[in-house]
Amino acid sequence: MDIFEFYRKDRWPHVFCPGCGNGTVMNCFYRAFNEVGLPLDGTVFVGGIGCSSRVPLYINSDALHTTHGRAIAFATGLKLSRPELKVVVFTGDGDLGAIGGNHFINGCRRNVDMTVVCINNNIYGMTGGQASITTPHDYLSTTTPMGNKEYPFDLSEIAVAAGANYVARWTTRHVHELTRSLKTALQKKGFTFVEVVSQCPTNFGRRNKMADPTAMLEWFKESSVRRDKSKTAAADHADLNIAGQVTIGEFVDRNRECYEELIGVEKHG
Amino acid sequence: MRTPPGEYFLQGNEACVEGAMTAGVRFFAGYPITPSTEIAEGLSHRLTGKNGVFLQMEDEIACISAVVGASWGGVKSMTATSGPGFSLMQEAIGYAAMSETPIVIVNVMRGGPSTGQPTRASQGDVMQTKYGSHGDYQVIAFAPASVQEMFDLTIDSFNYAEKYRVPAFLLSDAEVGHMRGLLKVPETVNIVDRKEKGLKRPDEAYDVPDELVRPFPTFGKGHRTMVTGMTHTDTNRIEPEDTKVHTELVRRLSEKVLKNRKDINKWELMCPDSKTMIISYGSAALGAKEIAARDETVGLLRLKSLWPFPEEPVYEVAKKASRILVCEMNLGMMYWEIKRVALEAGCRNVELLSKIGGEPPTPSEVRHKLRSMGAT
Repeated sequence: MDIFEFYRKDRWPHVFCPGCGNGTVMNCFYRAFNEVGLPLDGTVFVGGIGCSSRVPLYINSDALHTTHGRAIAFATGLKLSRPELKVVVFTGDGDLGAIGGNHFINGCRRNVDMTVVCINNNIYGMTGGQASITTPHDYLSTTTPMGNKEYPFDLSEIAVAAGANYVARWTTRHVHELTRSLKTALQKKGFTFVEVVSQCPTNFGRRNKMADPTAMLEWFKESSVRRDKSKTAAADHADLNIAGQVTIGEFVDRNRECYEELIGVEKHG
Repeated sequence: MRTPPGEYFLQGNEACVEGAMTAGVRFFAGYPITPSTEIAEGLSHRLTGKNGVFLQMEDEIACISAVVGASWGGVKSMTATSGPGFSLMQEAIGYAAMSETPIVIVNVMRGGPSTGQPTRASQGDVMQTKYGSHGDYQVIAFAPASVQEMFDLTIDSFNYAEKYRVPAFLLSDAEVGHMRGLLKVPETVNIVDRKEKGLKRPDEAYDVPDELVRPFPTFGKGHRTMVTGMTHTDTNRIEPEDTKVHTELVRRLSEKVLKNRKDINKWELMCPDSKTMIISYGSAALGAKEIAARDETVGLLRLKSLWPFPEEPVYEVAKKASRILVCEMNLGMMYWEIKRVALEAGCRNVELLSKIGGEPPTPSEVRHKLRSMGAT
């Protein structure tokens, strides 16, 4: 499938800023989707609110652009009403971890078959750069002019603890690994979660001495530590985010039965 | 699936479950809350996975979001809640209005504000139903006053939600939800299915012009639909900056309901030519109904649908009446709508009997109030 069969050319120009990481993620996702060979007409893309949640509207398939934070809840209803459809959620750190945190945790726990891609840019980009739940400690944003005094969430560790079937985290610097993980996530049954630490040069980098997107990619390269090589991986979750280092890799890969199998909904589908 | 025809002795909330099953509900998501929980419990037995899905979720926001998602999968979906849960649902109710998603929300009203009186009846949510979410939109709401109407109006809620692609509400209350009574299930029940894109069926959903209610592009059928809560064109292209697109869209969302008021509105009229008229709805109308049944000088207009506001029957009644008493279980909500229409019709003596605290107005309270208004 050609990339402009996959993406809606008529929706260009898109809303993303120059240097945004969303394009990298979209490119990797297109490759993964294409290689897995899923049908566009049998796949629904769901998004919440925010830059990353706009991605579904650029894909040439059914798209549900929902309210802030609730994408997983919408996707749960959709999947259970039409179990034969593949459901993919695009979301961001604020949408998934802050306003939608409860739905995220319970989505992992319920284990309804869906793939959730979280583009984590550590900031509220669309509203102009306010601190989010993944903004690293002491970093600057429009609402933390003295530096962020809170500590960031570790979304992938939450997903592991809450029971997702597959969890992986990469950065936009790790495109091959990311593509591979997206393929795995799309092929697995149950709740699969891929977090991509991504750059927002406009609203994060610019205020943190990394206005050049390549500077941010360099930063990702320097601070990322493979999960198997990370000494602190299981010990200290709170400080694990990119304040000091970002743990990347596959966090979990297991085969818990998914909810629709347990209630027998697939049998009538 | 549907309830077999016959006579049943049921609780109001149980009758709602039977109504939903008869209407063809295939998805229910709920969160436990008094006094609506029996609806969730009942549907957890009836929707087994094979014939539809029952889902208990983490909160009411998730429930209504899942219900909207399921509706885009093409199935009839509903949720049931009460005051605090209803407040949480407002966000997605606005989304359903904007994205024109047919869903049914049952609100078994209890005393508020806040946690208030969980086990007691109230009618404090009638304005929230219409104005609860931000922005301009219109909804359809019914107010049952008996076990039978919990069944009948649940089916109507589904029918009108599907027909007009709007969120439809069953505004019950703790009295009606928990009362026990006779339910007669008829042989034939009128069921309306939504107008689907690419299909043409000879039924009433297709009688509504496409300019007003667009055919529903169900997911997974190759329509490549974009659904959004943002301002969008007819082809669902996002145009949040376009004044004309926004104006046309939001006007149509209201007009599709308001223009079809006569099709939607339902009411019961007793002694319509009386000089003394009571206008009421839901369990607040029960005391008034006893009086109207015994005293032919007192008439009753009992509204079975509240939104869109049934202006025509109120106007007709007010034209002939010299005094109107509005009974409701809040400090005056529908009263102002009724008074507005009554004044237009020339009836100036419009008073309110409001009773809060959890009990419907008794016949003697209604009688006392009528005397103070000059009725004999």
